[in-house]
Amino acid sequence: MSLVNSSAGGVLEPILERYSRNPHYLMQILRETQEHLDFIPQWAVGYLAEALALERTQVQAVIDFYAFFYDSPHGKYRILFSDNVTDRMQGNAALLSRMLSKFGLAQGQVSGDGLVSIDTTSCTGMCDQGPALLVNSYTVTRLSSQRIDQICELIKGQTPLKEWPAEFFRVEDNIRCKDVLLSTEMVNGQALKRAVELGPQGMLAEMKASNFRGRGGAGFTTGVKWEVCKNAPGEMRYVVCNADEGEPGTFKDRVLLSSFSDRIFEGMTIAGYVIGASKGLVYLRGEYRYMLEKLQATLEARRKTNLLGKDILGQKGFDFDIEIHMGAGAYVCGEETALIESLEGKPGRPRIRPPFPVTNGYLGKPTVVNNVETLAKATLIAQKGGTWYQSLGMKLSTGTKLLSVSGDCDRPGIYEYPFGVRIAQILEDCGARNAMAVQVGGAAGTCLARHEFGRKIAFEDISTSGSFMVFGNNRDMFEVARNFVHFFKHESCGFCTPCRAGTTLMCDLLDKIANGKGTDYEMNELSRLYQLLSTASHCGLGQSAGRPVNDTLQKFRPSYDRRLKQKDFVPAFDLDAALAPAREIMERDDIGAHLGTDL
Amino acid sequence: MNSENTFIIDGMPIPFEPDQTVLQAALKAGVFIPHLCFYPGLRPNGNCKLCTVIINGRHTSACTALARSGIEVENNTPVLDDKRRLLLQMLFVEGNHFCPSCEKSGNCQLQALAYDLEMMTPHFNHFFPSRKVDTSHPEAFLDLNRCVNCGLCVQASREVDKKNIFALSGRGRASHIVINTPSGKLGDSDFALSDKAASVCPVGAILPKRGSFAVPIGQRIYDKLPISSQTEFLMTRKT
Repeated sequence: MSLVNSSAGGVLEPILERYSRNPHYLMQILRETQEHLDFIPQWAVGYLAEALALERTQVQAVIDFYAFFYDSPHGKYRILFSDNVTDRMQGNAALLSRMLSKFGLAQGQVSGDGLVSIDTTSCTGMCDQGPALLVNSYTVTRLSSQRIDQICELIKGQTPLKEWPAEFFRVEDNIRCKDVLLSTEMVNGQALKRAVELGPQGMLAEMKASNFRGRGGAGFTTGVKWEVCKNAPGEMRYVVCNADEGEPGTFKDRVLLSSFSDRIFEGMTIAGYVIGASKGLVYLRGEYRYMLEKLQATLEARRKTNLLGKDILGQKGFDFDIEIHMGAGAYVCGEETALIESLEGKPGRPRIRPPFPVTNGYLGKPTVVNNVETLAKATLIAQKGGTWYQSLGMKLSTGTKLLSVSGDCDRPGIYEYPFGVRIAQILEDCGARNAMAVQVGGAAGTCLARHEFGRKIAFEDISTSGSFMVFGNNRDMFEVARNFVHFFKHESCGFCTPCRAGTTLMCDLLDKIANGKGTDYEMNELSRLYQLLSTASHCGLGQSAGRPVNDTLQKFRPSYDRRLKQKDFVPAFDLDAALAPAREIMERDDIGAHLGTDL
Repeated sequence: MNSENTFIIDGMPIPFEPDQTVLQAALKAGVFIPHLCFYPGLRPNGNCKLCTVIINGRHTSACTALARSGIEVENNTPVLDDKRRLLLQMLFVEGNHFCPSCEKSGNCQLQALAYDLEMMTPHFNHFFPSRKVDTSHPEAFLDLNRCVNCGLCVQASREVDKKNIFALSGRGRASHIVINTPSGKLGDSDFALSDKAASVCPVGAILPKRGSFAVPIGQRIYDKLPISSQTEFLMTRKT
């Protein structure tokens, strides 16, 4: 026991020290523990709980909640194939089975020698350069059969990740269309200097004059959010940057984080200056682990030039610093109160609102939670003024919007447009010649059919967090919806009944239809469940979970109908599948041991 | 009755006191709103969603919505009851609930609500999850087959008993109650039958040993009167 504990201390003590034994850093401590030990063993759970003065169950609950934490061995190499519908369209299924067969493994299984495990994960945000996978949380893009074979060899040879070809990990920005944000130059500190000249009230006035609305999807007016937080009672305040870009098909924040991070950090500093916060937190999704060191280096450079730290720009008492928290594979943490729970080192279950984060946020203190794009654009408003910004875009949707375009088009990537751009224009620009449908706003968004391509991207019309997935003529919209609903089931936090059980029931119904056993009965059931989930769920995840089905049912009904039996009802029970354990015991799999599937 | 401290449920004026929720004020006034994860004296959880009502046109949980003067609440409507029935069916199929052989029968809030809302069948395919029964404690069983993840035991143990014995772990359908001991066994904790946590379970997930069927089925709380007629009991029940 003492032996275990001394070696435990050897690995865990430096990590605990780095985070000052502060239990709010539990997520970071667990991530680093796993980076050292490949999983989080039970002795580490006990050790960390004691060192952080937490209950053992609090540590265990965090490990169990986040998809990227393992409390049992999952191999030295943990492979997770991104399984967004765009990865599927790029052929990830064949690549996954290729890799599985090379190692003789089933999906989710760990190899007998403890070397490797292979599974799937939700969208990793590489839709413009997929199919993609994560190996020990590091992104590999542009998978091909050849690349899969190379990866298998590297794993078999136990080559450390650091020695894998850098080309595997190359992530492109693919900026295709620039407007004011992506084309305006900014010398670091320029926007911040302007904000300081204006003073907190003056800068707030510019934000309000711009009528700028948050770019995370909900579209709350940013100036108002800052003002409410500024006026909320309390000593400490926080600025949180929501970089948990988990919506399937979205990757514009990734590009901002990798090539415009100074704008994001400067935007956070401006927000801190306006509301009177001295600390900013970036919640970076676990899938973007590869960016962490570079972002930290940027922060360090900003500290050296007095753009962060004490008395920023020589302003007495203007103290502000930023730290980065990594997520660990939970889409629901994009919801701002779940994100705050996660920042506090807990499972990411959305809180009951009200109270809202602007008054009761991180550690119960007034907190502004803004999307990456929102904060980056705050610098542009500081540079050029609120009135100027207000003149761009549409009346209720001022300025521009970054779109992550992927799917069936020639030029996937990042497109910046003034609000009000029509769907047809975007399709033309990205070279989508045979688009049959566009999913705007990700799995939780809206599915548009061809007759709706005249509609506009704007809060007044089609509102979006930035995902824009194009589906060509040959695509099966039923399978698109099924992929999305399975995504919601995987990501449901389990807090409320309708989402916890309802997402499973919807998946079961869609799978039944896919297996050729669907009838009109299942179609009615899907509608009934959608009605319940959209009204009774606790947060946006459950409320949106049925939308892909509802939209595609309305607009692409034939993709369902051609699978349906012309009967009142067919049972889901599969007698042949139920006999599988018997076949296993008898070690038989011949024709005589099977029943016809269509009884 | 002062109209400044009343609101409307289904056309009826309901008085309320400051800081009362819609659910609390309704029960106090003898108006039943179905609920499972609320217990008087404990902070509302808002997870079962059975108390979903429509307040000024918006779907909301009555247990977490503060009563405000003048708000209009839709509660006892066929559409809302249909949703509640659907939620009950979900709760029945996602766990393993066998009322005829369950010691909690007649005292079980889930069963009582199902009777009251006339849930005739579970409707969906059962998930038949594989869940643990923990018999390690000398005085009580922990049978997670019946657990509905309401979190009341977690809260009562943490906030009233100050013992922190239960916690919610996992995600999505795999969400489940865990015990705060290295072995994960209830028997290795300092749980006692006198704990608040021992008595708040709305279903039969936590049951005392050796007291089974002392009160015969047929003479139990919800055998006597439907749950919807027991608002006073629901509001005043203690340990």
